[in-house]
Amino acid sequence: MQQFESIILTENLTKRFGRTLAVAGLNLAVRREEIFGLVGPDGAGKTTTIRMLAAIMNPTKGWARVAGYDTVRQAEEIKRIIGYMPQHFSLYGDLTVMENLTFFADIFDVRGEERRRRIERLLEFARLAEFKNRRAAQLSGGMQKKLALACTLIHRPQILLLDEPTTGVDPVSRREFWDIISELHLAGVTILISTPYMDEAERCSRVGLMFEGQLIVCDEPDNIKGLVTGELIELRPSDVWRAREIAAEMDGVQEVQTYGDLLHIFVDDAAKRMPQVEAGLLAQGIAVEGIRQTRPRMEEAFISLIRRRLAEKPTL
Amino acid sequence: MDDRENSMAVVAEELTKKFGDFTAVDHVSFTIRRGEIFGFLGPNGAGKTTTIRMLLGLLRPTSGKATVLGFDIVRQSEEIKKRIGYMSQRFSLYHDLTVSENLDFYGRIYGVRGKRLEERKAFALEMAGLVGRERELAGNLSGGWKQRLALGAAILHEPEMLFLDEPTAGVDPISRRAFWDLLYRLAKGGTTIFVTTHYMDEAENCHSLAFIHNGRIVAYGSPGSIKETRMKGQVLEIDCSRPEVAIAALREASSQGRLPLLEVSLYGALIHVVAENMEAHKSVISEILQGRGVEVRSMDIIAPSLEDVFISSVKESPPKSGAPTSSHELLEAHGNS
Repeated sequence: MQQFESIILTENLTKRFGRTLAVAGLNLAVRREEIFGLVGPDGAGKTTTIRMLAAIMNPTKGWARVAGYDTVRQAEEIKRIIGYMPQHFSLYGDLTVMENLTFFADIFDVRGEERRRRIERLLEFARLAEFKNRRAAQLSGGMQKKLALACTLIHRPQILLLDEPTTGVDPVSRREFWDIISELHLAGVTILISTPYMDEAERCSRVGLMFEGQLIVCDEPDNIKGLVTGELIELRPSDVWRAREIAAEMDGVQEVQTYGDLLHIFVDDAAKRMPQVEAGLLAQGIAVEGIRQTRPRMEEAFISLIRRRLAEKPTL
Repeated sequence: MDDRENSMAVVAEELTKKFGDFTAVDHVSFTIRRGEIFGFLGPNGAGKTTTIRMLLGLLRPTSGKATVLGFDIVRQSEEIKKRIGYMSQRFSLYHDLTVSENLDFYGRIYGVRGKRLEERKAFALEMAGLVGRERELAGNLSGGWKQRLALGAAILHEPEMLFLDEPTAGVDPISRRAFWDLLYRLAKGGTTIFVTTHYMDEAENCHSLAFIHNGRIVAYGSPGSIKETRMKGQVLEIDCSRPEVAIAALREASSQGRLPLLEVSLYGALIHVVAENMEAHKSVISEILQGRGVEVRSMDIIAPSLEDVFISSVKESPPKSGAPTSSHELLEAHGNS
């Protein structure tokens, strides 16, 4: 039954590199037509997992199936139906946008009239039509990412595996890239995407939080945010670094995080603690602006859940 | 008394770089005080890397001038190179060398030897949290650790100033915070830091900032002053169900003239709406969302974040004439090659 629902399924998926256990018995189920976000600290095993799902790396133990195909025995079938965009996608810098697309069309055996039509649509879709004769090396970072995505889509994959496609991309271009992802999602493509940006994780149907090669949480963004204990007070102190130290020592404070010039303080009871926190900081000569109770975002949830894990494992 | 001691860390005046017909950096002027963390922000291809390469003496400006640590970037680039540390977008570590060997290698490049090298290595390892991992291959370190090792390598020779080009790209939220704690320690110790980033929360932590767009500085000052002067209107943060539906409804209302909205954009699962005189529009916004079956959990007017300002600056400023690409995706041009 689950086989039909889960277009990507792994059981006890394990990858060992020498003494390092990169992926440690991962059980993952990605549903058809969802955007599944894979997040986790550096070295959690996200890239290795995606490589195994793309059938370009064999597991040490366990198995993975993509659209029902086994990633080891049926790698060729998988490569035909997935689009895989690695972190460092190899565009040909000396070739133009058009030539890069044509090259990938050749690889996937897309020819003739069909090829012409698809390339035209992809150029339009990725907002690259007016740059089709520019060499890839001369595109900006954000445009290169969009070209890489277009190349990944040339054979109309039903499943997309995207490994940190927006790393190093500015905030405006990132929003554009996600507009494209949303369109693909609406068109019924299943998307598995890893990202270090927690605001992107909020846009996924479900999010898997990886830590040391395993999923420690896998749920809808709202439910993951609900796992954070305590209530959240947000404020803008005149000195964020000193305020962080002072707030950490206050009664009822469970955790303090910084976000830019904002301080996020998790407390047992926000209504009760808000005036105390404000007065406590003022007493130390720190002015406070914009104090309010707010809901934790993915960024806070990520930090809180990972810190909790790290605290349980003092060896790290 | 050395004159340089009193000087600014960087003084750039009308710095310009053309590649053929294309102006990558267009009359850029700014100053950086010693001991300051200076954030240099802008869309991909806005001219950030080209500016850094000029300041490092790797690229000759077409016109204009600049000094770094009191030295002229054209005539005295060797003096500059001795006194600065540089961490490029791709941390240039040797993957098949160990952590310790990488530090030895950079030590030699910077002429740090013997007992001093041992001391500096110990400091760098401690700072990077890599004590006990000296014999691991750099290639086996994950992103956040590589980044800290690269920073350790860049400060071996105790540079007076650090240039960091997107040091936290692809780094997870916890490692990013740890990295910025390190930068603060260095700045408190007197090191001047020039950093580029696409994370606007990091930009909030800089002492001063410049936004570069299409090769020109479009905003310059402290984060607070930039937010005050550059942001038109107020920001309403909406936490609601079905944000995609809500955004479409608000944009539609705006284009039909029902609401004078300057900007509607998604922040994770939240919506930021920008308009003048926001208080007056809240009830209409509420009505529109309810009409589409969107459940509003909260609606607060908040202080704008730098991300709000970034988006509004980039969208507002039109592409300059002759610019080869769209407004926010100007190519980094030939500066990369």
